[in-house]
Amino acid sequence: MNSRMDAHAHHADLGHEHVTPLGVYFGIFGALMALTAITVGVAWVNLGSLNILVALGVALVKASLVVLYFMHLKYSSKLTWIVVASGLFWMMILFGITMADYLTRGWMISPTILH
Amino acid sequence: MSDAVLTHGAHAPASTRLQHHFDTMAQQKEAVTLGMWVFLVTEIMFFGGMFAAYLIYRMWYYQGFVAASRELDLVLGGINTVVLIGSSLTVALGVHAAQTGKKQQTVNYLLLTGVLGLAFLVIKYFEYSSKFDLHAAHHGASMIRLFPGAGIFEVTGEYAGIASQMRIFMVLYFALTGMHALHMIIGIGILAVITRMAMKGEFTPHWYAPVEIFGLYWHFVDIVWIFLFPLLYLVNRHG
Repeated sequence: MNSRMDAHAHHADLGHEHVTPLGVYFGIFGALMALTAITVGVAWVNLGSLNILVALGVALVKASLVVLYFMHLKYSSKLTWIVVASGLFWMMILFGITMADYLTRGWMISPTILH
Repeated sequence: MSDAVLTHGAHAPASTRLQHHFDTMAQQKEAVTLGMWVFLVTEIMFFGGMFAAYLIYRMWYYQGFVAASRELDLVLGGINTVVLIGSSLTVALGVHAAQTGKKQQTVNYLLLTGVLGLAFLVIKYFEYSSKFDLHAAHHGASMIRLFPGAGIFEVTGEYAGIASQMRIFMVLYFALTGMHALHMIIGIGILAVITRMAMKGEFTPHWYAPVEIFGLYWHFVDIVWIFLFPLLYLVNRHG
């Protein structure tokens, strides 16, 4: 190991490459609480089929805040980003292909045994 | 191989925590974090399958889903959402305390996280047990008992026609929240071990990976609930 690499390793070795300021954690918590209030409030308003899209949209924003700041993804390596992105990609395959099937088969009615 | 260990012999805590197959603490932390994320990705797929089932049945049996969803206790569900997001904050603060070498704070925040986790499960217990009771539905004179077990589930009155649809919702409700609660029980077990390690003063700013990794798991469980809450409790509360 040459000395330059070693110096770099020594620096990184301290392990606290990024310490999130406490204010960020409390800010994110406040945002999550506000978004929870919004998602509850919106459920009482009739937006038709938009209701579920708003609910899922708010949940996605909340989840993103948790992943980026509480789980430190914002400060994680590109390799970690790729792993997370691949997980979401595979989940999109799960939902996308399943829904493409169920939503487009006009001839496939729901099992009528359950009225 | 032992270059790094020898070079950093001055940092005794860091070096003793460095496994022989890693060159540096930073490399070790990167690998540990990445490994946890790979596990969490499999967890995304695990819950994803159940969420997909939920969406399909919700399209088919929307009427039954609305009726059954309204029977869930929104106040208890809402309180649990606040409790769980609060526990995510405390575990994040615990990781921060470990990062900055504040031993007592780390222990306190981890204990608080455990208390909030247990509070969530206690509230969930009361929610679950109420589903075994026969009670009047919110609208009209229907009598319902919502645990979807044989000989237990019962819906009469105006909801009788959509009873089977409501039952499907309740099966998904118990499957999803049950798996979520199981994750929390496992999490509290892991938390107990890590809190004990923190009490013994095993964590330093050089090595606090278990706190960080546990935090990732706990936040993931929180995220699952962030989706479960609106999908189960808030299908349709208007009209």
